Amino acid sequence: MPVFDLATTELRDLNASLHALDKDGGNEEFEVTNPRGAHAVAVGIDAPVDVQIKGSVGYYCAGMNETANITVHGNAGPGVAENMMSGKVVIKGDASQYAGATAHGGLLVIEGNASSRCGISMKGIDIVVKGNIGHMSAFMAQSGNLVVLGDAGDALGDSLYEARLFVRGTVKSLGADCIKKDMRPEHIEILAKLLSDAGITDVKPEEFTRYGSARQLYNFNIDNADAY
Amino acid sequence: MCGIVGLFLKDKSLEPQLGALLSEMLVTMTDRGPDSAGIAIYGADQNNLAKLTIQSPEPETDFAGLTDALRAAGIANASILPKSTHAVITVGADQIDATRTALAELRPNIRVMGTGNVMEIYKEVGLPKDVVERFKITDMSGTHGIGHTRMATESAVTTLGAHPFSTGSDQCLVHNGSLSNHNNLRRELSHQGIRMETENDSEVAAAYLTGEMAKGKNLGEALTSALDDLDGFFTFVVGTKSGFGVVRDPIACKPAVMAETDAYVAFGSEYRALVNLPGIEDARVWEPEPATVYFWEH
Repeated sequence: MPVFDLATTELRDLNASLHALDKDGGNEEFEVTNPRGAHAVAVGIDAPVDVQIKGSVGYYCAGMNETANITVHGNAGPGVAENMMSGKVVIKGDASQYAGATAHGGLLVIEGNASSRCGISMKGIDIVVKGNIGHMSAFMAQSGNLVVLGDAGDALGDSLYEARLFVRGTVKSLGADCIKKDMRPEHIEILAKLLSDAGITDVKPEEFTRYGSARQLYNFNIDNADAY
Repeated sequence: MCGIVGLFLKDKSLEPQLGALLSEMLVTMTDRGPDSAGIAIYGADQNNLAKLTIQSPEPETDFAGLTDALRAAGIANASILPKSTHAVITVGADQIDATRTALAELRPNIRVMGTGNVMEIYKEVGLPKDVVERFKITDMSGTHGIGHTRMATESAVTTLGAHPFSTGSDQCLVHNGSLSNHNNLRRELSHQGIRMETENDSEVAAAYLTGEMAKGKNLGEALTSALDDLDGFFTFVVGTKSGFGVVRDPIACKPAVMAETDAYVAFGSEYRALVNLPGIEDARVWEPEPATVYFWEH
């Protein structure tokens, strides 16, 4: 198993090795030690591989990920799994702002809390947060699912497009054009699968409330012209 | 961007290491802002004495004979300890204003970086490692301190534009962000008689807190008022003689990480700044909430 100790190895060597992996699979698991808050750890992987990061990381960990499974045994700085395409990223601790921003696919699991702007402009990623999320989460989210087992901060889902938001706890306030919606059987089914994929067995989909777009901001409304 | 750090010690046995720990934290943040750097250190209490940290672009000329000149000007017992472009003048506790007046007359090029009973401020244009070496910060002991490495946005890259800013006795502030209403506030604070030296937005934030504390508020209350009265982006770390505070604006886009153990409370713009602190593995590490005041007092 390749082990990269970032106290003694250059980050570029780690990322270059990860970029050289076989896209068809058969890759050994990687272990990364002493990340000590480094930026851009394990970014841009485009191959199926397991990466275990033993410690806390800084900005943009696991960004642009495709097909890799990356686990951070610590906290993650801003922009974790930003623009992820596929694969799975698990943060054992907390995540800082804009986790999963603009990501197109894959699953991001945050076992602690996520701070502000979680899932901002998400474009198809599924995000499961076991704790709470901060303000302006899912701002302009376009598609995908954001699942929150705890509470959500202010202005959840502001200017939302078609992403689904499931919150089990309280929502401090909803953003513009974000409304509470009914949980229909298909939503229970989607949520049950997401919880299962995230390894969560002690929480039922029925405990969540669904929020989504009221679709009132899709087109310019001439009656609002005076507001500008 | 800018990088800010702060360290408030609870365990007295760490006090001799304060300068070294804080320096290392600041140097780690160098790539967040290479323009200028500064550190404020809160040292040992000096009974009935006060310190002025001064700076001169021509220290050799300006500091030569300054002790005698100050004494001749009526500042009895004045003594001066030069450190590169800075010097610490020690005077009687009630002689700060008289010393300022005398300095303005005797050495007009000298700028006062800060005053107080325990606080010293060192700041210059350049990289954190060079600033730390120049002023031998790693040898300094103290109870708490804050530091800043600057990427300038709102005023020129000069020594006076570097942080920390001090606008009151033993008070100082470092700022990551930019304020939008600093010009109006500067005018209002000037009318209240609060002294500001620059056109810098962060100095206005420091002066605002000085003004609020002069009204009888403690640091926590002053920081709470700041959330209502300051408009813009900010993560502030603030020191007073016995206190240490942190506040972020409601949008909270300027990063912040804190760590607390039985031995200290530490602040960094990023977790990287904290990784060499003793016992960080077992510290409680968290991101300060938006629009929430955190403060500690000795």
